[in-house]
Amino acid sequence: MLFTIFAALTIAGAVAAISLRNLVHSVLSLILAFAGLAAVYLLLGAQFIGFAQILVYVGAVAILIVFTILLTRNDGTFGTSSQASWNLGALIVIAVFGTLAWTIHSSAALQHALPPQPEATMQQIGTALMVRFALPLEVIGLLLTAALIGAATIALHEKQERP
Amino acid sequence: MTPLSSCLMLSALLFSVGFAGVLMRRNAILILIGIELMLNAANLNFIAFWRYGSAPEALTGVMFVIFSIGVAAAEAAVGLALIISIYRHRKTTQIDRINSMRG
Repeated sequence: MLFTIFAALTIAGAVAAISLRNLVHSVLSLILAFAGLAAVYLLLGAQFIGFAQILVYVGAVAILIVFTILLTRNDGTFGTSSQASWNLGALIVIAVFGTLAWTIHSSAALQHALPPQPEATMQQIGTALMVRFALPLEVIGLLLTAALIGAATIALHEKQERP
Repeated sequence: MTPLSSCLMLSALLFSVGFAGVLMRRNAILILIGIELMLNAANLNFIAFWRYGSAPEALTGVMFVIFSIGVAAAEAAVGLALIISIYRHRKTTQIDRINSMRG
């Protein structure tokens, strides 16, 4: 029951995010979708992922998008792609969703009984990150540092070219 | 529907909505929002298969999602920096007007 509510909230937020005209309203709906997804993670027993979702997506990514919207002046011509390309896009999306839904419904692997709720305590996650997944953790740290420096370099004001 | 297949259906819907955003909108920021939604749908799949699959004590799904969130954060930062940089040169974020390299 709770799952249905949060799933509906997530989908409603996502649909509003991509269909609203005003970009700021779009981001607010996106935050709703991210928060609904975090609630779904909590229901599924992944507490750490749920809180990480709220911290990273609601707290960082959404705020970053808001900053970008405020830094770029958006003229009023939203979604003015031609009717033909819009129709083609809708067709492709419906085909993709149909394929996914059909695959999920016809899969035999989903019919087995419910396993008990697995445990994912902070201690287990921390031990796994420090022992088994130590190298990927280092790599992701390096990637984030490089991405941060790269983003700052790209967005910096370029100096005037000297003749 | 079993809980696992309802999770997968939610994920498929979320992916389709994000995909629709990428294909049907012409604003670079909205396209990035669509990409974020698709990444989130993939994360939901990982968590669902960790919760209802076999051997959840290995925590593989949770670990994959942690790294995936990290990569998505890096992608969002670089993508938005690119959008700001393009806006500075072209004064627009509509992708059909960024076509100076068109043959």
